[in-house]
Amino acid sequence: MAVIDLANPTRFLNVVDRVLPWLAGVTALVFAYGLYRVLGAPDDYQQGATVKIMFIHVPAAWLSMMGWGVMTVAALGTLVWRHPLADVAGKAAAPVGAAFTFICLITGSLWGRPTWGTYWVWDARLTSVLVLFLLYLGMLALYWTAEDPGRSSRAAAILALVGAVNIPIIKFSVEWWNTLHQPASILRTGGSAIDPSILWPLLVMALAFTLLFFTLHLAAMRNEILRRRVRTMQMMQAQHLAGAET
Amino acid sequence: MSAFTALLIRDMRLSVRVGGGALMGVLFFLIVVVMMPFAIGPDLNLLARIGPAILWLGALLASLLALDRLFATDYEDGSLDLLMMGRMPLELAVAAKAIAHWLTTGLPLVVIAPVLGLMLNVEMNAMGWVALTLLAGTPALTFIGVIGAALAVTLRRGGLLLAVLVLPLTIPVLIFGVAAANAAIMGPQPFGPPFTILCALSLASFALGPFAAAAALRHGLE
Repeated sequence: MAVIDLANPTRFLNVVDRVLPWLAGVTALVFAYGLYRVLGAPDDYQQGATVKIMFIHVPAAWLSMMGWGVMTVAALGTLVWRHPLADVAGKAAAPVGAAFTFICLITGSLWGRPTWGTYWVWDARLTSVLVLFLLYLGMLALYWTAEDPGRSSRAAAILALVGAVNIPIIKFSVEWWNTLHQPASILRTGGSAIDPSILWPLLVMALAFTLLFFTLHLAAMRNEILRRRVRTMQMMQAQHLAGAET
Repeated sequence: MSAFTALLIRDMRLSVRVGGGALMGVLFFLIVVVMMPFAIGPDLNLLARIGPAILWLGALLASLLALDRLFATDYEDGSLDLLMMGRMPLELAVAAKAIAHWLTTGLPLVVIAPVLGLMLNVEMNAMGWVALTLLAGTPALTFIGVIGAALAVTLRRGGLLLAVLVLPLTIPVLIFGVAAANAAIMGPQPFGPPFTILCALSLASFALGPFAAAAALRHGLE
């Protein structure tokens, strides 16, 4: 089935209804396997059991960036191809991405407390994730202010593209700012330096989190389509009632 | 007179007349800077050290103040529709309005900053550097803000939403502006790199801002 066939919301809802239970099931299975592997992973020789936070923290950080990526693609879909579902996809991705960014920040500060001795440091990476979170909140605020979905979708698409241009700049500027003022803290050893006994559970958890993202995203898209239908029906009903009175 | 200069002069004239916001930003800047010593305490050494940061933050907030009127007044009286239908490309019209906005609200902030710096115990020769960084950086604030102003007017809700959308995007400007000012005053880092990046941010936002704002207006008000 081509992407263009999914432009019909009813057909899209049918596909989602068929796919979503399977996707949710696979997500649960991968999570179960991932958590089992995480429990089997050895503790860090310095950090002890707190290193387990990494298995939630790192996938959440990856998905916080992927969330904005999905919104950028959806924004192009809205503005360039005018795909009817693109703005639904963008709108559904915003709260999910914001939630993953929030999880990343919370787990990061909980991890930072025992290892660094503080909940928060104005470190380059922490600060740029915080700014990403603020951009997500701005996007949600934009959706809250606009009552007409069609109008807000174009504005949100432009904000998503502007944000996509800005995120690398923010990351770069924040890193630059920090190397100027304080020595950079080393968050973790480089990817290749991780022992396979920890790397594999991490990759399984990343897969599980990605599947969770898409499950939530599809469910949120379905809810958004249904919400818009309810809105249209309510407006038609109100119009009908107003017509009956006159 | 070309349409571009005509629009530029019209906007400047409107902003200095009754109801325009040209001097309001300067007044707000003054009040923000005066409030700071009350919050931090009148320790002159401390104020001299964080003075450039206070001036930059005040300028950032003051430049936001008049932004929500940038397109809103034109939208209310219908002249925005004329601009969109006119022969001049909308991007150019947005650029003209943005330049006029910077000349009437951004430039006064740069001019007044040395005077406010005296109250913060920033040294006289250091004030020139701070003003220079503001001169290089405030255009970026305006041209990024134009995008937010265009988005806010299409949603018919200005004010708060504008600040929430624009402020995270201005963080790089703030970082490099304060970094350049501090490098010039205290060292030991060289002044050149942050200052040139600040100029680059201004030029890049000048190149991108009008296009994004025009796209927002075109998609939002059609």
